[in-house]
Amino acid sequence: MSAVTNQNACVVIVGAGHAGGSAAAFLRQYGHEGRIVLIGDEPLLPYQRPPLSKAWLKGEADADSLSLKPAEWYAENNVMLRLEGVAGRINRSAKTVTLASGEVIPYDILILATGARARELPIPGSDLAGVLALRTAADAELLKHALGPGKRLAVIGGGYVGLEAAASARALGSHATVIERESRVLARVACETLSLFFQDYHGRHGVAFELNAGVAVFEGVNGHVTGVRLSDGRVIACDVVLVGVGAVPNDELAKDAGLDTANGVVVDLEARTADPSIFAIGDVTHRPLPLYERQFRLESVPNALEQAKQAASAILGRPGPTPEVPWFWSDQYDLKLQIAGLPFEADRQVVRGDVAAAKFAVFHLKGNLLQAVEAVNAPPEFMAGKQLIAKRTPVSAEKLADPSVSMKEVAT
Amino acid sequence: MAKITYIEHDGTEHALDIKPGLTVMEGAVKNNVPGIDADCGGACACATCHVYVDEAWLDKTGDKSAMEESMLDFAENVEPNSRLSCQIKVSDALDGLIVRLPESQH
Repeated sequence: MSAVTNQNACVVIVGAGHAGGSAAAFLRQYGHEGRIVLIGDEPLLPYQRPPLSKAWLKGEADADSLSLKPAEWYAENNVMLRLEGVAGRINRSAKTVTLASGEVIPYDILILATGARARELPIPGSDLAGVLALRTAADAELLKHALGPGKRLAVIGGGYVGLEAAASARALGSHATVIERESRVLARVACETLSLFFQDYHGRHGVAFELNAGVAVFEGVNGHVTGVRLSDGRVIACDVVLVGVGAVPNDELAKDAGLDTANGVVVDLEARTADPSIFAIGDVTHRPLPLYERQFRLESVPNALEQAKQAASAILGRPGPTPEVPWFWSDQYDLKLQIAGLPFEADRQVVRGDVAAAKFAVFHLKGNLLQAVEAVNAPPEFMAGKQLIAKRTPVSAEKLADPSVSMKEVAT
Repeated sequence: MAKITYIEHDGTEHALDIKPGLTVMEGAVKNNVPGIDADCGGACACATCHVYVDEAWLDKTGDKSAMEESMLDFAENVEPNSRLSCQIKVSDALDGLIVRLPESQH
Protein backbone atom coordinates (compact mmCIF):
# COMPACT_ATOMS: atom_id res chain seq x y z
CA MET A 1 0.00 0.00 0.00
CA SER A 2 1.43 3.36 -0.98
CA ALA A 3 1.33 6.28 1.40
CA VAL A 4 -1.01 9.15 0.64
CA THR A 5 1.00 12.17 -0.43
CA ASN A 6 -0.66 15.55 -0.28
CA GLN A 7 -0.72 15.83 -4.05
CA ASN A 8 -3.09 12.90 -4.31
CA ALA A 9 -4.81 13.35 -0.96
CA CYS A 10 -8.59 13.40 -0.89
CA VAL A 11 -9.61 16.96 -0.07
CA VAL A 12 -13.15 17.55 1.15
CA ILE A 13 -14.37 21.15 1.18
CA VAL A 14 -17.42 21.98 3.30
CA GLY A 15 -19.02 25.15 1.97
CA ALA A 16 -19.35 26.02 -1.71
CA GLY A 17 -19.25 29.80 -1.51
CA HIS A 18 -16.55 32.10 -2.80
CA ALA A 19 -13.95 30.65 -0.42
CA GLY A 20 -14.76 26.96 -0.96
CA GLY A 21 -15.15 27.25 -4.71
CA SER A 22 -11.90 29.18 -4.99
CA ALA A 23 -10.03 26.63 -2.86
CA ALA A 24 -11.03 23.88 -5.32
CA ALA A 25 -9.87 26.05 -8.22
CA PHE A 26 -6.53 26.95 -6.62
CA LEU A 27 -5.86 23.30 -5.71
CA ARG A 28 -6.27 22.28 -9.36
CA GLN A 29 -4.36 25.35 -10.54
CA TYR A 30 -1.46 24.38 -8.26
CA GLY A 31 -1.42 20.81 -9.58
CA HIS A 32 -3.42 18.85 -7.03
CA GLU A 33 -4.25 15.45 -8.50
CA GLY A 34 -6.30 13.82 -5.76
CA ARG A 35 -10.02 13.73 -5.35
CA ILE A 36 -11.80 16.96 -4.43
CA VAL A 37 -15.32 16.89 -3.00
CA LEU A 38 -17.15 20.22 -2.68
CA ILE A 39 -20.17 20.22 -0.36
CA GLY A 40 -22.56 23.18 -0.45
CA ASP A 41 -25.94 23.63 1.20
CA GLU A 42 -27.33 25.84 -1.57
CA PRO A 43 -28.62 24.35 -4.84
CA LEU A 44 -26.19 26.54 -6.82
CA LEU A 45 -22.61 26.20 -8.00
CA PRO A 46 -20.21 28.60 -6.24
CA TYR A 47 -21.07 32.19 -7.10
CA GLN A 48 -20.10 35.74 -6.21
CA ARG A 49 -22.17 37.31 -3.46
CA PRO A 50 -21.12 40.99 -3.66
CA PRO A 51 -23.28 41.74 -6.76
CA LEU A 52 -26.42 40.42 -5.01
CA SER A 53 -27.11 43.78 -3.33
CA LYS A 54 -25.99 45.77 -6.36
CA ALA A 55 -26.00 44.67 -10.04
CA TRP A 56 -28.14 41.59 -9.37
CA LEU A 57 -30.92 43.53 -7.59
CA LYS A 58 -30.97 46.05 -10.41
CA GLY A 59 -31.22 43.28 -13.01
CA GLU A 60 -27.78 44.01 -14.46
CA ALA A 61 -26.25 40.58 -13.77
CA ASP A 62 -27.44 37.05 -14.55
CA ALA A 63 -26.71 33.68 -12.95
CA ASP A 64 -23.98 32.94 -15.50
CA SER A 65 -22.07 36.09 -14.73
CA LEU A 66 -22.38 35.48 -10.97
CA SER A 67 -21.02 31.92 -11.07
CA LEU A 68 -17.31 31.50 -10.29
CA LYS A 69 -16.81 28.77 -12.91
CA PRO A 70 -19.10 27.34 -15.57
CA ALA A 71 -20.86 24.06 -14.71
CA GLU A 72 -18.64 21.98 -17.02
CA TRP A 73 -15.50 23.17 -15.22
CA TYR A 74 -16.28 20.97 -12.21
CA ALA A 75 -16.66 17.80 -14.29
CA GLU A 76 -13.62 18.62 -16.45
CA ASN A 77 -11.53 19.15 -13.34
CA ASN A 78 -12.84 16.19 -11.44
CA VAL A 79 -14.37 18.24 -8.64
CA MET A 80 -17.22 16.19 -7.20
CA LEU A 81 -20.16 18.32 -6.14
CA ARG A 82 -22.57 17.64 -3.30
CA LEU A 83 -24.97 20.55 -3.71
CA GLU A 84 -27.85 20.89 -1.23
CA GLY A 85 -25.62 18.84 1.03
CA VAL A 86 -25.58 19.79 4.68
CA ALA A 87 -22.58 18.64 6.68
CA GLY A 88 -23.91 17.44 10.03
CA ARG A 89 -20.85 16.11 11.79
CA ILE A 90 -17.09 15.73 11.55
CA ASN A 91 -15.44 12.63 12.96
CA ARG A 92 -11.83 13.69 13.38
CA SER A 93 -10.43 10.32 14.40
CA ALA A 94 -12.10 8.46 11.53
CA LYS A 95 -11.53 11.47 9.22
CA THR A 96 -15.05 11.54 7.85
CA VAL A 97 -17.79 14.08 7.29
CA THR A 98 -21.36 12.88 7.69
CA LEU A 99 -24.03 14.69 5.72
CA ALA A 100 -27.58 15.21 6.96
CA SER A 101 -28.61 12.75 4.25
CA GLY A 102 -26.58 10.07 6.05
CA GLU A 103 -23.82 9.91 3.44
CA VAL A 104 -20.38 9.50 5.01
CA ILE A 105 -17.54 11.15 3.09
CA PRO A 106 -13.96 10.26 4.04
CA TYR A 107 -11.20 12.88 3.83
CA ASP A 108 -7.45 13.08 4.11
CA ILE A 109 -7.69 16.85 4.33
CA LEU A 110 -10.76 18.86 5.27
CA ILE A 111 -11.33 22.52 4.42
CA LEU A 112 -14.11 24.29 6.30
CA ALA A 113 -15.56 27.16 4.27
CA THR A 114 -18.96 27.37 5.90
CA GLY A 115 -19.15 31.17 5.81
CA ALA A 116 -21.47 33.29 7.88
CA ARG A 117 -25.21 33.71 8.07
CA ALA A 118 -27.35 36.81 8.44
CA ARG A 119 -27.95 37.70 12.07
CA GLU A 120 -31.62 37.42 12.97
CA LEU A 121 -33.63 39.94 14.98
CA PRO A 122 -35.38 38.13 17.81
CA ILE A 123 -38.51 40.28 17.75
CA PRO A 124 -42.18 39.45 17.11
CA GLY A 125 -43.13 39.28 13.45
CA SER A 126 -39.73 38.09 12.20
CA ASP A 127 -41.42 35.11 10.61
CA LEU A 128 -43.85 37.22 8.52
CA ALA A 129 -43.62 36.90 4.75
CA GLY A 130 -41.74 39.89 3.36
CA VAL A 131 -39.23 40.04 6.23
CA LEU A 132 -36.06 39.18 4.37
CA ALA A 133 -32.32 38.86 4.82
CA LEU A 134 -29.73 39.24 2.06
CA ARG A 135 -27.05 36.63 2.03
CA THR A 136 -27.83 34.12 -0.70
CA ALA A 137 -29.00 34.27 -4.31
CA ALA A 138 -32.36 32.93 -3.12
CA ASP A 139 -32.63 35.84 -0.64
CA ALA A 140 -31.73 38.29 -3.41
CA GLU A 141 -34.34 36.80 -5.71
CA LEU A 142 -37.06 37.30 -3.09
CA LEU A 143 -35.97 40.89 -2.49
CA LYS A 144 -35.78 41.63 -6.21
CA HIS A 145 -39.37 40.43 -6.70
CA ALA A 146 -40.57 42.52 -3.77
CA LEU A 147 -39.04 45.74 -5.13
CA GLY A 148 -40.22 47.86 -8.03
CA PRO A 149 -41.85 51.23 -8.73
CA GLY A 150 -43.76 52.55 -5.72
CA LYS A 151 -42.88 49.69 -3.36
CA ARG A 152 -41.78 50.65 0.14
CA LEU A 153 -38.62 49.04 1.53
CA ALA A 154 -37.71 49.29 5.21
CA VAL A 155 -34.09 48.43 5.91
CA ILE A 156 -33.18 47.45 9.46
CA GLY A 157 -29.52 48.29 10.00
CA GLY A 158 -27.44 50.96 8.28
CA GLY A 159 -24.53 48.75 7.30
CA TYR A 160 -23.11 48.18 3.82
CA VAL A 161 -25.66 45.56 2.77
CA GLY A 162 -28.54 47.77 3.90
CA LEU A 163 -27.21 50.92 2.25
CA GLU A 164 -26.41 49.11 -1.01
CA ALA A 165 -29.90 47.61 -1.07
CA ALA A 166 -31.43 51.04 -0.36
CA ALA A 167 -29.49 52.53 -3.28
CA SER A 168 -30.58 49.69 -5.57
CA ALA A 169 -34.19 50.07 -4.39
CA ARG A 170 -34.13 53.78 -5.28
CA ALA A 171 -32.74 52.91 -8.72
CA LEU A 172 -35.75 50.59 -9.17
CA GLY A 173 -38.20 53.36 -8.23
CA SER A 174 -38.94 52.03 -4.74
CA HIS A 175 -39.09 54.07 -1.53
CA ALA A 176 -36.48 53.21 1.09
CA THR A 177 -36.25 53.95 4.81
CA VAL A 178 -33.15 52.92 6.74
CA ILE A 179 -33.72 52.27 10.44
CA GLU A 180 -30.55 52.34 12.53
CA ARG A 181 -30.08 51.77 16.26
CA GLU A 182 -26.95 53.94 16.48
CA SER A 183 -26.77 57.71 15.92
CA ARG A 184 -25.20 57.24 12.49
CA VAL A 185 -25.09 54.66 9.69
CA LEU A 186 -21.99 52.47 9.26
CA ALA A 187 -21.30 53.13 12.94
CA ARG A 188 -19.29 49.95 13.47
CA VAL A 189 -17.43 49.91 10.16
CA ALA A 190 -16.61 53.48 9.13
CA CYS A 191 -15.57 56.80 10.60
CA GLU A 192 -18.01 59.61 11.33
CA THR A 193 -16.98 61.69 8.30
CA LEU A 194 -17.86 58.80 6.01
CA SER A 195 -21.11 58.02 7.86
CA LEU A 196 -22.35 61.60 7.59
CA PHE A 197 -21.32 61.78 3.95
CA PHE A 198 -23.23 58.60 3.08
CA GLN A 199 -26.33 59.67 5.03
CA ASP A 200 -26.34 62.98 3.19
CA TYR A 201 -25.79 61.36 -0.22
CA HIS A 202 -28.54 58.79 0.34
CA GLY A 203 -30.82 61.54 1.65
CA ARG A 204 -30.32 63.50 -1.54
CA HIS A 205 -31.30 60.36 -3.46
CA GLY A 206 -34.55 60.12 -1.55
CA VAL A 207 -33.66 57.60 1.17
CA ALA A 208 -35.25 58.37 4.56
CA PHE A 209 -33.43 57.65 7.82
CA GLU A 210 -34.62 56.80 11.33
CA LEU A 211 -31.51 57.04 13.53
CA ASN A 212 -31.25 56.16 17.23
CA ALA A 213 -34.27 54.01 16.51
CA GLY A 214 -35.01 50.64 18.09
CA VAL A 215 -37.25 48.15 16.35
CA ALA A 216 -40.00 46.63 18.53
CA VAL A 217 -42.25 44.58 16.26
CA PHE A 218 -42.82 43.73 12.64
CA GLU A 219 -46.53 44.25 12.02
CA GLY A 220 -48.43 42.23 9.48
CA VAL A 221 -51.77 41.44 7.92
CA ASN A 222 -52.66 37.95 6.68
CA GLY A 223 -49.14 36.74 7.37
CA HIS A 224 -47.39 39.47 5.34
CA VAL A 225 -45.42 42.36 6.78
CA THR A 226 -47.08 45.79 6.58
CA GLY A 227 -44.92 47.89 8.85
CA VAL A 228 -42.11 48.24 11.36
CA ARG A 229 -43.11 49.46 14.80
CA LEU A 230 -40.28 51.40 16.44
CA SER A 231 -39.54 51.42 20.17
CA ASP A 232 -41.10 54.88 20.44
CA GLY A 233 -44.39 53.52 19.08
CA ARG A 234 -44.28 55.02 15.61
CA VAL A 235 -44.91 52.68 12.68
CA ILE A 236 -42.98 52.83 9.41
CA ALA A 237 -45.36 51.40 6.80
CA CYS A 238 -43.70 49.13 4.25
CA ASP A 239 -44.21 46.33 1.72
CA VAL A 240 -40.94 44.57 2.44
CA VAL A 241 -38.31 44.57 5.20
CA LEU A 242 -34.63 43.83 4.76
CA VAL A 243 -32.89 42.89 8.00
CA GLY A 244 -29.22 43.76 7.62
CA VAL A 245 -27.80 43.70 11.12
CA GLY A 246 -24.59 41.81 10.55
CA ALA A 247 -23.55 38.21 10.18
CA VAL A 248 -22.56 35.41 12.52
CA PRO A 249 -19.97 32.78 11.58
CA ASN A 250 -21.19 29.25 10.85
CA ASP A 251 -18.61 27.77 13.21
CA GLU A 252 -20.83 25.24 15.00
CA LEU A 253 -19.62 22.29 12.91
CA ALA A 254 -16.02 23.05 13.92
CA LYS A 255 -16.95 23.70 17.53
CA ASP A 256 -18.85 20.41 17.80
CA ALA A 257 -15.74 18.67 16.46
CA GLY A 258 -13.69 20.14 19.31
CA LEU A 259 -11.83 22.75 17.26
CA ASP A 260 -11.02 26.15 18.79
CA THR A 261 -13.58 28.82 18.00
CA ALA A 262 -13.72 32.46 19.09
CA ASN A 263 -16.18 34.36 16.92
CA GLY A 264 -15.06 32.04 14.13
CA VAL A 265 -12.76 29.06 13.69
CA VAL A 266 -9.26 29.88 14.92
CA VAL A 267 -6.64 29.37 12.20
CA ASP A 268 -3.00 30.25 11.56
CA LEU A 269 -1.40 31.99 8.57
CA GLU A 270 -1.67 28.78 6.54
CA ALA A 271 -5.42 28.80 7.31
CA ARG A 272 -4.83 25.62 9.34
CA THR A 273 -6.66 24.81 12.56
CA ALA A 274 -5.00 23.08 15.51
CA ASP A 275 -5.84 19.80 13.74
CA PRO A 276 -3.18 19.50 11.01
CA SER A 277 -5.68 17.80 8.68
CA ILE A 278 -8.29 20.55 8.95
CA PHE A 279 -8.16 24.00 7.39
CA ALA A 280 -10.73 26.79 7.60
CA ILE A 281 -11.08 29.71 5.19
CA GLY A 282 -13.24 32.75 4.52
CA ASP A 283 -15.90 34.50 6.62
CA VAL A 284 -16.00 31.66 9.16
CA THR A 285 -12.43 32.13 10.38
CA HIS A 286 -10.82 34.03 13.20
CA ARG A 287 -7.47 34.62 11.54
CA PRO A 288 -4.14 36.31 12.19
CA LEU A 289 -3.62 39.78 10.74
CA PRO A 290 0.19 39.97 10.77
CA LEU A 291 0.26 43.68 9.88
CA TYR A 292 -1.71 44.47 12.99
CA GLU A 293 -0.38 41.67 15.22
CA ARG A 294 -3.81 40.37 16.20
CA GLN A 295 -6.50 37.81 15.37
CA PHE A 296 -9.67 39.05 13.71
CA ARG A 297 -12.65 37.86 11.68
CA LEU A 298 -12.97 39.43 8.23
CA GLU A 299 -15.96 39.26 5.91
CA SER A 300 -14.72 39.94 2.41
CA VAL A 301 -13.98 38.34 -0.92
CA PRO A 302 -10.27 39.30 -0.86
CA ASN A 303 -10.00 37.53 2.51
CA ALA A 304 -11.74 34.43 1.12
CA LEU A 305 -9.35 34.34 -1.85
CA GLU A 306 -6.26 34.96 0.27
CA GLN A 307 -7.10 32.14 2.67
CA ALA A 308 -8.08 29.81 -0.18
CA LYS A 309 -4.58 30.40 -1.56
CA GLN A 310 -3.00 29.92 1.87
CA ALA A 311 -4.72 26.56 2.35
CA ALA A 312 -4.10 25.30 -1.19
CA SER A 313 -0.43 26.36 -0.95
CA ALA A 314 0.04 24.66 2.42
CA ILE A 315 -1.61 21.45 1.21
CA LEU A 316 0.69 21.26 -1.80
CA GLY A 317 3.85 22.44 -0.03
CA ARG A 318 4.14 25.66 -2.00
CA PRO A 319 5.22 28.96 -0.46
CA GLY A 320 2.15 30.82 0.77
CA PRO A 321 0.93 34.11 -0.73
CA THR A 322 2.33 37.41 0.55
CA PRO A 323 0.12 38.63 3.42
CA GLU A 324 -2.37 41.16 2.13
CA VAL A 325 -3.72 44.36 3.56
CA PRO A 326 -7.40 43.62 4.24
CA TRP A 327 -9.58 45.62 1.91
CA PHE A 328 -13.24 46.19 1.09
CA TRP A 329 -15.32 47.99 -1.49
CA SER A 330 -18.87 49.15 -1.95
CA ASP A 331 -20.72 50.68 -4.91
CA GLN A 332 -23.70 52.94 -4.21
CA TYR A 333 -25.18 55.26 -6.88
CA ASP A 334 -22.14 56.71 -8.66
CA LEU A 335 -19.95 56.33 -5.58
CA LYS A 336 -17.03 53.96 -5.43
CA LEU A 337 -15.99 53.37 -1.85
CA GLN A 338 -12.69 51.56 -1.33
CA ILE A 339 -11.31 50.82 2.11
CA ALA A 340 -7.86 49.45 2.88
CA GLY A 341 -6.73 48.34 6.29
CA LEU A 342 -8.49 48.53 9.65
CA PRO A 343 -8.19 51.54 11.97
CA PHE A 344 -6.98 49.61 15.04
CA GLU A 345 -5.77 52.01 17.76
CA ALA A 346 -5.78 54.92 15.31
CA ASP A 347 -5.37 58.23 17.12
CA ARG A 348 -5.57 60.71 14.27
CA GLN A 349 -7.69 61.21 11.16
CA VAL A 350 -6.57 63.14 8.10
CA VAL A 351 -9.07 64.15 5.41
CA ARG A 352 -7.77 64.71 1.91
CA GLY A 353 -9.87 66.06 -0.94
CA ASP A 354 -13.34 67.53 -1.02
CA VAL A 355 -16.13 65.79 0.90
CA ALA A 356 -18.81 68.06 -0.62
CA ALA A 357 -17.62 67.11 -4.12
CA ALA A 358 -17.84 63.37 -3.27
CA LYS A 359 -14.15 62.87 -3.96
CA PHE A 360 -12.11 62.43 -0.82
CA ALA A 361 -10.27 60.07 1.47
CA VAL A 362 -9.98 59.72 5.23
CA PHE A 363 -6.65 58.39 6.49
CA HIS A 364 -6.37 56.81 9.93
CA LEU A 365 -3.00 57.07 11.63
CA LYS A 366 -1.59 55.49 14.74
CA GLY A 367 1.28 57.82 15.56
CA ASN A 368 2.95 58.18 12.18
CA LEU A 369 1.89 54.75 10.86
CA LEU A 370 -1.00 54.50 8.43
CA GLN A 371 -3.54 51.95 9.70
CA ALA A 372 -6.41 52.43 7.25
CA VAL A 373 -7.78 54.57 4.44
CA GLU A 374 -11.39 55.09 3.41
CA ALA A 375 -11.56 56.47 -0.13
CA VAL A 376 -14.65 57.76 -1.97
CA ASN A 377 -14.15 58.13 -5.72
CA ALA A 378 -10.44 58.42 -4.94
CA PRO A 379 -8.55 55.41 -6.38
CA PRO A 380 -5.04 56.95 -6.03
CA GLU A 381 -5.61 57.54 -2.31
CA PHE A 382 -6.86 53.95 -1.93
CA MET A 383 -4.07 52.33 -3.95
CA ALA A 384 -1.24 54.40 -2.45
CA GLY A 385 -2.77 54.10 1.01
CA LYS A 386 -2.92 50.31 0.71
CA GLN A 387 0.77 50.25 -0.22
CA LEU A 388 1.68 52.55 2.67
CA ILE A 389 -0.22 50.37 5.14
CA ALA A 390 1.68 47.32 3.92
CA LYS A 391 5.08 49.05 4.19
CA ARG A 392 4.69 50.07 7.86
CA THR A 393 7.02 53.04 7.34
CA PRO A 394 6.35 56.48 8.83
CA VAL A 395 3.98 58.72 6.88
CA SER A 396 3.74 62.52 6.95
CA ALA A 397 0.23 63.59 7.96
CA GLU A 398 0.90 67.05 6.52
CA LYS A 399 1.68 65.61 3.08
CA LEU A 400 -1.35 63.33 3.23
CA ALA A 401 -3.60 66.31 3.92
CA ASP A 402 -2.11 68.40 1.09
CA PRO A 403 -3.75 67.63 -2.28
CA SER A 404 -0.95 69.53 -4.07
CA VAL A 405 1.40 66.70 -3.05
CA SER A 406 0.53 63.74 -5.29
CA MET A 407 -0.18 60.35 -3.73
CA LYS A 408 2.78 59.00 -5.72
CA GLU A 409 5.00 61.41 -3.87
CA VAL A 410 3.42 60.64 -0.49
CA ALA A 411 3.91 56.92 -1.09
CA THR A 412 7.62 57.11 -1.89
CA MET B 1 -17.04 32.94 -29.61
CA ALA B 2 -13.82 34.91 -29.73
CA LYS B 3 -10.45 33.19 -29.46
CA ILE B 4 -8.36 34.85 -26.77
CA THR B 5 -4.84 33.81 -25.93
CA TYR B 6 -3.63 34.44 -22.40
CA ILE B 7 0.13 34.05 -21.98
CA GLU B 8 1.38 33.56 -18.43
CA HIS B 9 4.56 35.26 -17.28
CA ASP B 10 6.46 31.96 -17.67
CA GLY B 11 5.30 31.64 -21.28
CA THR B 12 2.51 29.10 -20.76
CA GLU B 13 -0.23 29.80 -23.30
CA HIS B 14 -3.97 29.38 -22.80
CA ALA B 15 -5.90 29.76 -26.07
CA LEU B 16 -9.57 29.87 -25.11
CA ASP B 17 -12.93 30.49 -26.76
CA ILE B 18 -14.64 33.24 -24.83
CA LYS B 19 -18.29 34.20 -25.12
CA PRO B 20 -18.81 37.77 -26.36
CA GLY B 21 -20.26 39.94 -23.59
CA LEU B 22 -17.95 38.56 -20.91
CA THR B 23 -14.90 40.61 -20.02
CA VAL B 24 -11.36 39.42 -20.77
CA MET B 25 -10.98 39.02 -16.98
CA GLU B 26 -14.10 36.83 -16.69
CA GLY B 27 -12.87 34.69 -19.57
CA ALA B 28 -9.67 33.99 -17.63
CA VAL B 29 -11.26 33.41 -14.25
CA LYS B 30 -13.99 31.10 -15.52
CA ASN B 31 -11.31 28.99 -17.20
CA ASN B 32 -9.03 29.04 -14.15
CA VAL B 33 -6.13 30.76 -15.94
CA PRO B 34 -3.47 31.32 -13.26
CA GLY B 35 -2.27 34.88 -12.74
CA ILE B 36 -5.52 36.83 -13.00
CA ASP B 37 -6.86 37.16 -9.47
CA ALA B 38 -9.70 39.66 -9.98
CA ASP B 39 -10.36 40.04 -6.26
CA CYS B 40 -13.25 42.48 -6.80
CA GLY B 41 -15.02 40.49 -9.50
CA GLY B 42 -14.86 43.26 -12.08
CA ALA B 43 -15.78 46.38 -10.13
CA CYS B 44 -12.56 48.16 -11.18
CA ALA B 45 -11.72 48.33 -7.49
CA CYS B 46 -8.56 46.30 -7.05
CA ALA B 47 -6.19 46.23 -10.06
CA THR B 48 -5.55 42.47 -9.69
CA CYS B 49 -6.54 41.63 -13.28
CA HIS B 50 -3.70 43.58 -14.89
CA VAL B 51 -2.65 42.39 -18.38
CA TYR B 52 -0.43 43.63 -21.21
CA VAL B 53 -2.39 43.89 -24.45
CA ASP B 54 -0.47 42.75 -27.52
CA GLU B 55 0.56 45.88 -29.46
CA ALA B 56 -1.38 44.80 -32.55
CA TRP B 57 -4.63 44.86 -30.55
CA LEU B 58 -4.29 48.15 -28.70
CA ASP B 59 -6.63 50.08 -31.04
CA LYS B 60 -9.35 47.47 -30.89
CA THR B 61 -9.39 47.17 -27.11
CA GLY B 62 -10.31 50.85 -26.75
CA ASP B 63 -9.42 53.57 -24.29
CA LYS B 64 -8.95 53.44 -20.55
CA SER B 65 -11.46 55.24 -18.36
CA ALA B 66 -10.14 57.78 -15.85
CA MET B 67 -10.93 55.29 -13.06
CA GLU B 68 -8.96 52.49 -14.75
CA GLU B 69 -6.09 54.87 -15.47
CA SER B 70 -5.78 55.93 -11.85
CA MET B 71 -5.99 52.34 -10.56
CA LEU B 72 -3.27 51.23 -13.00
CA ASP B 73 -1.11 54.16 -11.96
CA PHE B 74 -0.40 52.33 -8.72
CA ALA B 75 -0.14 48.76 -10.00
CA GLU B 76 3.25 47.02 -10.25
CA ASN B 77 5.26 46.92 -13.50
CA VAL B 78 2.90 49.06 -15.53
CA GLU B 79 3.68 49.53 -19.24
CA PRO B 80 2.00 51.70 -21.89
CA ASN B 81 0.01 48.63 -23.04
CA SER B 82 -1.18 47.78 -19.52
CA ARG B 83 -4.94 47.35 -19.04
CA LEU B 84 -7.28 46.06 -16.37
CA SER B 85 -8.82 43.08 -18.12
CA CYS B 86 -12.16 43.55 -16.31
CA GLN B 87 -12.59 46.71 -18.35
CA ILE B 88 -12.21 45.02 -21.78
CA LYS B 89 -15.47 43.52 -23.08
CA VAL B 90 -15.06 40.54 -25.40
CA SER B 91 -16.66 40.93 -28.83
CA ASP B 92 -16.24 39.31 -32.23
CA ALA B 93 -13.93 42.19 -33.09
CA LEU B 94 -11.50 40.85 -30.48
CA ASP B 95 -11.33 37.35 -32.02
CA GLY B 96 -7.59 36.55 -31.95
CA LEU B 97 -6.69 38.90 -29.07
CA ILE B 98 -3.45 38.16 -27.25
CA VAL B 99 -2.80 39.34 -23.69
CA ARG B 100 0.25 38.69 -21.53
CA LEU B 101 0.14 38.45 -17.74
CA PRO B 102 2.48 40.21 -15.32
CA GLU B 103 4.65 38.24 -12.91
CA SER B 104 2.40 39.13 -9.98
CA GLN B 105 -0.84 40.98 -9.33
CA HIS B 106 0.07 42.08 -5.80
